[in-house]
Amino acid sequence: MVTASPHRPDGRPAPARQATLGESLRRNGVSRRGFLKFCAATASMMALPPSMAPAIAAALESARRPSVIWLSFQECTGCTESLTRSFSPTVENLILDTISLDYHHTLQAAAGDAAEHAREAAMHANAGEYLVVVDGSLPGPGANPGYSTIAGISNYDMLMETVADAAAVIAVGSCAAFGGLPKASPNPSGAVAVQDLVKDKPVINVSGCPPLPMVITGVLAQYLTFGKLPELDQYNRPLAFFGQSIHDRCYRRPFYDKGLFAETFDDEGAKKGWCLYRLGCKGPMTYNACATMKWNGGTSWPVEAGAPCLGCSEPDFWDAGGFYDALSVPPGNSGDMLLAAGAAGVAVGAGVGLLARSQAKGAAKQHQTVTAEELEQKL
Amino acid sequence: MASIGDIPIKVEGEPAAPVAYGNALPVLSQVRHALAQLIQGGEPTQIDLGAMPFGPGDEERLMTLLGSGEVTASVDALGPTRIQETAFSGVWVVEYLNTDGQRVALHLEVDHAPRLLRSQPADLSDALAALDARLSAPDANPAPGD
Repeated sequence: MVTASPHRPDGRPAPARQATLGESLRRNGVSRRGFLKFCAATASMMALPPSMAPAIAAALESARRPSVIWLSFQECTGCTESLTRSFSPTVENLILDTISLDYHHTLQAAAGDAAEHAREAAMHANAGEYLVVVDGSLPGPGANPGYSTIAGISNYDMLMETVADAAAVIAVGSCAAFGGLPKASPNPSGAVAVQDLVKDKPVINVSGCPPLPMVITGVLAQYLTFGKLPELDQYNRPLAFFGQSIHDRCYRRPFYDKGLFAETFDDEGAKKGWCLYRLGCKGPMTYNACATMKWNGGTSWPVEAGAPCLGCSEPDFWDAGGFYDALSVPPGNSGDMLLAAGAAGVAVGAGVGLLARSQAKGAAKQHQTVTAEELEQKL
Repeated sequence: MASIGDIPIKVEGEPAAPVAYGNALPVLSQVRHALAQLIQGGEPTQIDLGAMPFGPGDEERLMTLLGSGEVTASVDALGPTRIQETAFSGVWVVEYLNTDGQRVALHLEVDHAPRLLRSQPADLSDALAALDARLSAPDANPAPGD
């Protein structure tokens, strides 16, 4: 049997040998058939073809539990809710059982100094190997740190101290990935995203408000399985989950191609399940896995429930115009382009996506604020 | 804990006619291609139906198109797994459920037998060792007349 050397090259004690995932599951009474089933479901979760299950099984059999430190900053805890409120026990739970979640404000029993000592101990024992998961944006170095502190430590100081010896950082949710709601205009707390601050470590953005639980655990599973980080898109999001637009994977896409649209939320088109493009669906400019992985244990997802996609996994979606304004109809423009795009179908689809992105930026410039008094008058 | 299916739902007015989204038939074509591949080269295929952009009713339509065959099996490991042969020999529906009975994955397997039904190679070695132990145990070979 191979045993770990008692000390690392720098003199620090080596971590004790931990059980492999295969050993851990079998100790919990999971048979090899159960393990194969687990791997088949994991392949689905990682958006890999099912034929990868044996390779996943071979890799996971000898995988070790990585230490994970979870930092929550300016956030609503929706991302943690998304992760933990998934149906239990699920593949996600099994994956969580196989990581060592050493620090998480919401889930840990410890508080105050004891909690901070747990974080420091995990960092020390797993230096260079642990993963840092961040949810929430944080006040940047030039902002007033008083907007968000934990145990008297500013978010900025805690992040930079914790990532110093990390293997990689996973920014979970649109706040951590892109700044999210705290960064939305006028950004009173000077909020920034994790990737604005962490430049010397790999940063993986798992955006969404909240992200799909299976995407959060899928990224962890990928690291656990293959020991490396996934391939990323231009926004540092894993391509396996963010490689295709909602529009391209939407079951209502055939209606878009035929030019059949719901015009209001209760018209004949809405009842027949036609495309929600004209009701403000941001599917063409949004990259995420909702259309196939769905929510609530695969029950449904917003478009299936008749609600247009809000584009919550895209940068600055809060400032990208009204949720129910159609993409090609920014405020003040005519709808001619929309009609042309709707009728032209597939060939135009990709172009519309690009156009939509630029128009979203344009809409952001035209964004008008409204006061509570004005809202009350309208209501 | 109550499941999501326990939430009472009352539909007011006439329900809209079921919509055919047309996403089932392309999968059937993929199955046909996979079956031809199995016959010609012996190469099995697994199709993850969870990765398909199905709308309401698409999965049911696909299952109706596939029909039911002679074999039904259940595997009790980490929750139940239901296996159903379709009306097309060599095409299997494999539904993985967790211990609460909720689906974690739905695959089509195009193979002579689903992978999960086969004995796992590492289990064979363990079984051989267990049989040896059983045979060498003192009470395994009672003397005649005992």
